[in-house]
Amino acid sequence: MGYPAVQFSRVVKAYGEGETEVRALDGVDLTIPTGELVAVMGPSGCGKSTLLHLAGGLEHPTAGAVAVNGRDLSALDAARRAALRRDEVGFVFQRLNLIASLTAVENVALPLELGGMSAKEARPLAVEALASVGLSQQLDRFPDHFSGGQQQRIAIARAVVGGRGLLLADEPTGSLDSRTADEMVELLASLPSRFGATVVLVTHEPRFASWADRVVFMRDGQVVDQTRTTPPDEPVVAPADELVP
Amino acid sequence: MTVREGLLALLHEGPRHGYQLKTEFEAATGGVWPLNVGQVYTTLDRLERDGLVRITGAGESSAQKVYEITREGTDELGAWWEAVPAEDPPPRDELMLKVLMAIEHGHQHGLRVVTRQRTELLALLQRKRRERTAAGDTGGLAAELVTEALMARAEADLRWLDRCEAVLVEQQSNRTKGSK
Repeated sequence: MGYPAVQFSRVVKAYGEGETEVRALDGVDLTIPTGELVAVMGPSGCGKSTLLHLAGGLEHPTAGAVAVNGRDLSALDAARRAALRRDEVGFVFQRLNLIASLTAVENVALPLELGGMSAKEARPLAVEALASVGLSQQLDRFPDHFSGGQQQRIAIARAVVGGRGLLLADEPTGSLDSRTADEMVELLASLPSRFGATVVLVTHEPRFASWADRVVFMRDGQVVDQTRTTPPDEPVVAPADELVP
Repeated sequence: MTVREGLLALLHEGPRHGYQLKTEFEAATGGVWPLNVGQVYTTLDRLERDGLVRITGAGESSAQKVYEITREGTDELGAWWEAVPAEDPPPRDELMLKVLMAIEHGHQHGLRVVTRQRTELLALLQRKRRERTAAGDTGGLAAELVTEALMARAEADLRWLDRCEAVLVEQQSNRTKGSK
């Protein structure tokens, strides 16, 4: 076994100072093993989204350390952190954040091109990523041509393109109808077994959390409990063909 | 539902003998309610005594009696389909009472019990999800719907526990503010 995908060690994240200080995270110790789907639940304001931002290096801890694939993010300079974020971490948010003036395939290719790849090299990888989320047609259309569910698939393809192994999803089903939301979570749940990816899913829906290998509960900036149903010596994920109809 | 109502519902489909009723009852209820043949015959005797079923003849072997539903039996079955389970007084739900008792012991204890129950319920939901994925389409409709019912109930209980937690946390923070 290598390093866990994400490791939080006594992480504190505070906003404001003195009287007005608010601790969004208050001493979080958490290990997210590689190749697991981990759901994070808890009431609004409990620190779920902050946890995700720190795991992805979008924000920095006030105290403690966050390591991604064994590297302490605080020990990396800004350029290395940006490179790690670009090459190893993908984000999916409730609001899709697709760029309206780029086609589906261009949206997915964008992170690769930002990493220095030519458009010609990036395109086949983007097409492959889109196929892996079930989209293979009309890839040169703009995002508004696609349904909400399809747009979210494009966002997932963009998050995993180029073999990025850590996908951080913040309420990705929020804007979808319930059937499409179910399909979306099933797709996310298939990523660990299909690609060895690690998925961290912030959700308030027990139904979606039940797809996870592990569910982490937070309250007031702390992890208060977590489930683990898979025995340690059993493969964490079912074969892909069991998860994908 | 009682066994009596279940048997009437099956006999409404057509005449059946006792062992057939046992197997059909178990299949229809998704395996959650095993019956022994003795129970089936005792219930059939009572139904016959009350005029809700009658014996129409013998089955393949002459020892097997075949039963059919009577007009009165059909009326009673109709009344049962129409009846809605009463919610007054509220059901004595184990989880609800446990959490209420825990809160009686103080907010912190309440929150601990809420957290513990929620973790276990979510783990149950995870297990059911796995079982359903593993079973695919092989389990049959009744078994699939039983799993759906268990999952829906667990989800509802989890939502209620979330609500309990929110209320407890809010009360606690109001108290803290009040004491400052």
